[in-house]
Amino acid sequence: MTADLKVRPPGRAVSAQPPRRRSRVAPPWWFILPALMLFAFVVLVPSARGVYYAFTDWDGLDPDFAFIGLRNFIDMLDDGDALQAVWHTLLVAVAITFIQNGIGLLLALGVNSMIKTRNFLRVLLFAPAVITPIVTAYLWRNLLGPDGAVNSLLGTVGLDGWQQDWLGDPDLALWMVVLVVVWQFSGYSMVIFLAGLQSIPREIYEAAAIDGTAAVRRFWSIVRPLLAPAITINLMLSIIGGIKLFDQVYALTGGGPGHATDTISTLIYKDAFTLGDFGYSIALAVVLTVIVAVVSAGQFAVLNRNEKAAS
Amino acid sequence: MNRYTKRTFVLEMVMVAVGIVFAFPVYVLVNLAIRQPSDTSSPIRPTTSPTFDNFTGAWREAGLGGALINSVLVTTVSVLIVLAVSALAAYPLARSTARWSRGTFLLIMLGLILPFQLASLPLYQTVRDLGLLGSVWSLVLFYAGLQVPFTTFLYVGFLRALPRDFEDAAAIDGASPFKTFRYVVLPMLKPITVTALVLNAVAVWNDFFTPLLYLSGSDQQTVPVAVAGFVGQFVSDWNLIFAALLISIVPVLAVYLALQRSIINGFAGGLKG
Repeated sequence: MTADLKVRPPGRAVSAQPPRRRSRVAPPWWFILPALMLFAFVVLVPSARGVYYAFTDWDGLDPDFAFIGLRNFIDMLDDGDALQAVWHTLLVAVAITFIQNGIGLLLALGVNSMIKTRNFLRVLLFAPAVITPIVTAYLWRNLLGPDGAVNSLLGTVGLDGWQQDWLGDPDLALWMVVLVVVWQFSGYSMVIFLAGLQSIPREIYEAAAIDGTAAVRRFWSIVRPLLAPAITINLMLSIIGGIKLFDQVYALTGGGPGHATDTISTLIYKDAFTLGDFGYSIALAVVLTVIVAVVSAGQFAVLNRNEKAAS
Repeated sequence: MNRYTKRTFVLEMVMVAVGIVFAFPVYVLVNLAIRQPSDTSSPIRPTTSPTFDNFTGAWREAGLGGALINSVLVTTVSVLIVLAVSALAAYPLARSTARWSRGTFLLIMLGLILPFQLASLPLYQTVRDLGLLGSVWSLVLFYAGLQVPFTTFLYVGFLRALPRDFEDAAAIDGASPFKTFRYVVLPMLKPITVTALVLNAVAVWNDFFTPLLYLSGSDQQTVPVAVAGFVGQFVSDWNLIFAALLISIVPVLAVYLALQRSIINGFAGGLKG
């Protein structure tokens, strides 16, 4: 799994207040120090420095650099590649969130039923999520190539007309990135939904088992509200992971063809390490941070309200 | 409701078909990895005369042995550090109602939304100035800090749901705060520790961006970096590449299959927190 996993949105457990009773045990504050120092050294201080560099023209090497105010951000507005990358990032994140969680929910309902292969399928469907994303991306780069297995399969079932260079077409390549992420992480969403489904009392859940239109309505009005915490976690995980997407794009398309699949993350990497525009690159990272913060705050507000309404 | 009906059978068939679709890429991976380079038939046709030459070739060329050792080292050490410091920090964070405690917790939680690119580019300069570029210890340091927010979050959530009676009892019996933590709190944290261990190990093992920055150009590599370098070098020799990919995922899949029950259950436990 990718960096996606490092992120866990604050769920209900956190907002729950501890009992307001005085305890005889007062854990000493300095227990926090080792974790706080590591966190400050690795994340907090460098992030603050990053925000500062975003307002400079530093190339990453030269000790002489100037404070240039908002120039990097203003330049971005004229930078077609950057604007396109922001658009790609948002599009991919939203598409992954909806498709991956939709499939994940259906899979969870399937393996939570009485089918005999349910345990086997749970293991199988979650397996891609533990494989290194860069490895699965290289695998798919071959599968989606002109002579790859996907075209070969289409030929075998008589759909020769559909064969194409999936990653070479600028209109399709971005959707192939989505496909690969969805293939890898639908099982991940499934497991979280499954955990949610299993925390629902058996009787309620069984009364709403899938059997036709009426069941769809029962699912919507009975099971869905009870699944609210799982939905919150899944949506937050996949949207934040989608916004930060790097490995899959790097290995599948390198951002190409042209800039057709460049995301903010791949552009940051290119600008910093192949073009030497460190200041500009970190300004892009600041934009990425603002997007993540705004999206997760908005999402948290909406989902938290829904969760409260459901409980 | 526990009867196996006709409808269940239809659902079973649909789910098995979905399972086959999900497993298809892995079938192609294995099929091509055991195929002679001279065999250019369709990648979905089962290989008739399998060979293991690709594996020996890939192992020799890709430097996977050293990369596996580095990945195991980095993953083990950084995950142990992050579990230890996060569990320790979570204890006062979950128990104290003081304002500094709440503020510190929110500060650490800020780390959940900061994208790693923001911190890891400036940190690259620090690591370079300290002369740690190309050293796997720079990665250990990085992951130990980077994983603190997520791990602390898991521990605090879990701890807040636990009663504090045992800790109070230990204090009445005269145990020091650290003894209370070590012998009372830590054992109670075991279920969430398993979840945190697995999620952290997977995240650290699979990370690509950071080792790409900190180790590129050195002879020290982790598995994802070694694989990427190998693919770049043997661009179109897909039989060899697939053998290398397969070698690199075998350890992960072996650990996963051995622990899958507790991983999937741990997920449920961790998420209910």
